[in-house]
Amino acid sequence: MMNVSEMKRRMEETSAEEMIQSLFDKIERSKLNAFITLTKEQALEEARKADKNGASGLLGAVPIAIKDNISTKGIQTTCASKILKGYVPPYDAHVIERLKAEGAIIIGKTNMDEFAMGSSTETSFFGPTRNPHDLNRVPGGSSGGSAAAVAGGEVPIALGSDTGGSVRCPASFCGVVGLKPTYGMVSRYGLISYANSLEQIGPFGCNVEDVALLLDVIAGHDPRDSTSHVVKKKRYVDELKDDVSGLKIGVPKEYFEGVDKDVEKAVRDGITLLEGLGASCSEVKLPHTKYALASYYIIAMSEASSNLARFDGVRYGLRLEKDKDWHTTFSEIRAEGFGEEVKRRILLGTYALSAGYYGRYYLKALKVRTLIKQDFENAFKKVDVLITPTMPCAAFKIGEKIDDPLSLYLADVNTVPMNLAGVPSISVPCGFANGLPMGMQIVGGHFDEGLILRVAHTFEKHAGVA
Amino acid sequence: MIGKKDVEHIGWLARIKLSDEEKEEFTGQLNTILDYFAKLDEIDPGVAPTHHVSGIENVFRDDVMKESLSQEDVLRNAPRKEEGFFKGPRIV
Amino acid sequence: MKDVIIGLEVHVQLNKLNSKLFCGCSTKYHDSGPNTHTCPVCLGLPGALPVLNRTAVEAAIKVALALNCEIAEQTLFYRKNYYYPDLPKGFQISQYDYPIAINGNLVIEGDSERNIRIRRVHMEEDPARLVHKGPIEKSKYSLIDYNRSGMSLLEVVTEPDLRSPKEARQFLNKLRNILEYLDVFDGYLEGAIRVDANISLAGGARAEVKNISSYKGVEKALSFEIVRQKNLMRRGIKVVQETRHYDEARGVTISLRTKEEEKDYRYFPEPDLVPFKAKDGVPKIKETLPELPDAKRRRFVEQYNISEHHAKVLTSELKLANFFENVAGKVDTNQAATWIADVLKGELNYRGLGIDAFSPEHAIQILRMLEKKDITEKGAVQVIRTLLDEGGTPAEIVKQKGLIKVGTDVIARAVEEAIKENPTAVQDYHAGRNEALHFLVGQVMKKTSGKADPDAVNKLLREKL
Repeated sequence: MMNVSEMKRRMEETSAEEMIQSLFDKIERSKLNAFITLTKEQALEEARKADKNGASGLLGAVPIAIKDNISTKGIQTTCASKILKGYVPPYDAHVIERLKAEGAIIIGKTNMDEFAMGSSTETSFFGPTRNPHDLNRVPGGSSGGSAAAVAGGEVPIALGSDTGGSVRCPASFCGVVGLKPTYGMVSRYGLISYANSLEQIGPFGCNVEDVALLLDVIAGHDPRDSTSHVVKKKRYVDELKDDVSGLKIGVPKEYFEGVDKDVEKAVRDGITLLEGLGASCSEVKLPHTKYALASYYIIAMSEASSNLARFDGVRYGLRLEKDKDWHTTFSEIRAEGFGEEVKRRILLGTYALSAGYYGRYYLKALKVRTLIKQDFENAFKKVDVLITPTMPCAAFKIGEKIDDPLSLYLADVNTVPMNLAGVPSISVPCGFANGLPMGMQIVGGHFDEGLILRVAHTFEKHAGVA
Repeated sequence: MIGKKDVEHIGWLARIKLSDEEKEEFTGQLNTILDYFAKLDEIDPGVAPTHHVSGIENVFRDDVMKESLSQEDVLRNAPRKEEGFFKGPRIV
Repeated sequence: MKDVIIGLEVHVQLNKLNSKLFCGCSTKYHDSGPNTHTCPVCLGLPGALPVLNRTAVEAAIKVALALNCEIAEQTLFYRKNYYYPDLPKGFQISQYDYPIAINGNLVIEGDSERNIRIRRVHMEEDPARLVHKGPIEKSKYSLIDYNRSGMSLLEVVTEPDLRSPKEARQFLNKLRNILEYLDVFDGYLEGAIRVDANISLAGGARAEVKNISSYKGVEKALSFEIVRQKNLMRRGIKVVQETRHYDEARGVTISLRTKEEEKDYRYFPEPDLVPFKAKDGVPKIKETLPELPDAKRRRFVEQYNISEHHAKVLTSELKLANFFENVAGKVDTNQAATWIADVLKGELNYRGLGIDAFSPEHAIQILRMLEKKDITEKGAVQVIRTLLDEGGTPAEIVKQKGLIKVGTDVIARAVEEAIKENPTAVQDYHAGRNEALHFLVGQVMKKTSGKADPDAVNKLLREKL
C-alpha cells in the first residue's frame, strides 16, 4: 500500500507520469481483478499536464479509483452489470466534479457486486475480485474492487458506496480504512441508486488521514441532491488529533453476538487500547438491533425494485437482437441483463411493495427504522461513539456463501443499522487472524465525522496494525 | 409461503422473464428469505415510519432554465434510434 | 341523459413555467426537434436526481385555491411504478397519500348552474411523447421524444358528478378558463391538456377512456362510449370494466389493456424528494390570486350594466375580458359588449382566430363611428371583416370602400327619384300595401349603394308619400 503523502513525495522525486505509469504496470500484471475499466490514456495525459504545469488542489495529481456505480462523463459506467455494459454517461457525478476540481486523476472504475447488491464482489458480470491477502478469498463487498485496489497498492485512495456496509465490509476484509458518511453529507448526484434512502458515497484509504482528506474533497452541499445537507464546511484533516482523553465509548453487546472469537478479541483489545489512552468505556443497549437486518433488506430491496425499473434498453444499455411487443421486449432484456442476485432482490422488493403486503413488509420496516434511529439517539445521549466489530468474521472463501443468499445477508448484521439511522461510521484495521485482516467499527452521531475520524486516527497511531 | 405462480406474477410485475428452473429456484430462496423477514411480525411498533432519515424538508429549486444536453449526446447510448427519436418496441 | 355517470381526471400541463418540474430543462420545446430539451434527470439516466421546482408548487397551490380546495399541511411525492415505453424511469413521480389539495368544487353553467365536486388535485411529472407510424395497434415500433418528459402536470380529479358529454366539455372549458386567468397555462399548446374519463351507464360497468387530448375530443369520445355501451346493453351483452384508448383521428375508443391495474402500482414515497409544507405558502399566494371568471362576470354586470349573457361570453376568456375592459371605458359599454361578444367574437371564431388578432384601438374607432352615425351597422361589419382579412385601419377602409354614411340631401334626392320612377308602387302604397314601402326603401338603398341609414330613408319616404 502507498498512502497519499508517500505518493506525492515519490511524484516529486520522479514525475506524476512515471508514478501513474507504474500503477498501470502493476494493475496490468495484477490477479485481483479490481478494475472493470482503466482510463490509462486520459490518466497519463493528465499526469503529463500536471508534470508540466504543476499539480494543484487538495489532491493534485493524486491517482484515484472510482467504484463503477458512480457516473463518470465519457467513461463507461456499468455497475458491474451486463445490462449497462458499454453505457457511457454524458455527465459527471457531483463527487467526480469535486475530485477533478481538486486535481485528482482517475485511473479507472472498480469492480463491485452487480448494482452494489452483495457483500463479496462475487456477483459482478466481470468476474469476482480477489482479496490481496489471500487470492482465494473475497475482498468483501459491494465496493470490493475499490478496497482491493487500495489494499493491493494499485491506487492510494478510492471511492466506494455504502448502502448497508458496502464500504466498511470490504475495508474490514482488505485491511484498509473505509468511511460511510452521515446520510446527506455527500451528494448522491450521479451515484447509480441501489437504495436511495440508505446509501452514501464513501472514501477508502490506506490510513485515516487519507480518508479524511478525501472526505474533505467530496463532502458538502449540492443543490442537485434534495437530501443533501447544508453543513458548515470544515477541514476533517484538521480534526485528526492524537487525543481520546475523556472520550466516552459505548460498547453495544448486541454487536458481539455470533461474532468470531478472533474478531471479538481484536475489537475488545482495541477498546482497551483506547481506554489506556484516556477514554472510558461502558456497555450500551441498542435493543432493536435484532430487527435491523430484516428491516434493512426490505427497504433496500423495495427501493431497488423501483430504481432498477429504468433499465429497459431504450435509452441506453442492453438491447436484444429482435424487438417484440414492449412487454416481452423489456422482460427478455431484463432476464438477459440482470444477474441472479439482482433478480432475487428485485423480485423480493416488488413483492414487499405489492398490494396486500405493503403494510406487513415495507411499512413495518420503516417503523422499525424509526426504532433503530431512536436506539442510536438514546445511545448518543450517554456516549460519544460506539465501537463494534465491522464484520462478524474475516474474509471468507470465494464461492463459500454464494449459493446461500441469506447467509450472505447475515454477514451485514453489524453494518446495516447505521444506514437505517443515517449515522456515520468508519472501519479501521484492528488486527489479523490467520493472515487475514479484521476491522473495528467506530460509529458517531449525525455529522460527527470529525470525532470518529479523530478516534480512528488515534487508534491507528497507537495500534500499529498495518 | 409463496408458490411458483406467485413468483411468476411478481416476475411479470417486475418485467423479468423467468425460466422454469429460475421459478423453481427462486420460489425456494424467496421463501427462505421471507421466513427471515417474518421476524418483523414479532413487533408492532407504535411509531411513525421513517421515510426520510435526514429530517430535511422544503427543498426547492428556483424556476430557472438550464442548458439541456445536445441531441447527439442524448442519443449516443441509444441501442436504436431514428431521425432524432429513440426507437422503442411496438406497443401491441 | 340522467343515467350517464362521468368522472374526469384532467392532466393539465403547467406550460407557462420556465423549466420542468424536477430539472432545469426549458419548457419551450414545441417548435424544436425531438430530444433537444432533455438532461440526465428527465431522461431518467442512472444516478440523476430530481429537485422540485418552487414555482410549480406555487402554481399548483394557486389552481387548488381557485378550485376551492383544502391545501395539505404537509405533502409528499410518491413513485407510481409501472412500465411503459414513454416512462423513462419505470416509475412516475406523482402523489398518492397526502396530495397537495383535496375537496374542492367548480360550478359549471349549462342550462342551469351545476356544482361539480373536485376530489383531489395532485402534482406529477409528464411522461415522454410516443409517436407511432400509423394506428397504435398496427405500428411496428414506437418512436420516443423525451422533450415532454418531466413537464409539470397537475391532475385534477372530479367526483363522478358529470351527467353528459356536454357537461364534461363545459367542465373542461371552465377549468381551462380558470387556468388561463391564473396565468399558469396556455391551452393552445400541443399536449397542454389530456383527459382520462370514467364513464358508466346505469346498470353497467365503468370504462376508463384514456388518451383524450382535446376539448372537443372529450365530448366525442364520451358520446362514442355512450353509444357503444348502449348498443352492448341493447344486445344483452355485459359491459365489462376496462381501459379503452381514444383514437382521436378515427373518433373511436378501442380496448387496450396493457398497463397495470391500480393495485399493481406499488406506490411508495419517493426517497429522493423530501416532504414540504404546502399550507405555509398559502397566505402569500392568496395575495397574488387574480380576479377569477365568476367574480369578473358579476363585476361586469354590475359595473358596466351589461347583460348576464354578454358578461358570460366576455369573461369566458381572460384576453377577451381584458379587451372588453380596454374598449368599454372609451365608448358606450352596452354597444361595446354587443359588438365584441356577438359580432367580433363570431367573426373571429369563423376564422379560427383569437382576440389577439384584433386591436382594441380599432374596435374603439369603429364603435365611435357607429355612435356618430358616420357608418351603418352593415358598414361596421364590413370594416371588421376587412381588418381581419386584409388588415389596414378603420379610417382607411371606410374611405376606400366609401362606407361613410350619405347625407340627408343625397337621401332626399334619391327618394324623389324613386317616387317618380315607380308610380305603381306609390299607388299600391296608398292602397294600403305595406310591401310597396319596402320596395321603395330598397330602391333608395340601391341608389345610395347601401350607405344610407335605412331608418332615415323610411321616415323620409313616409313624409314624401
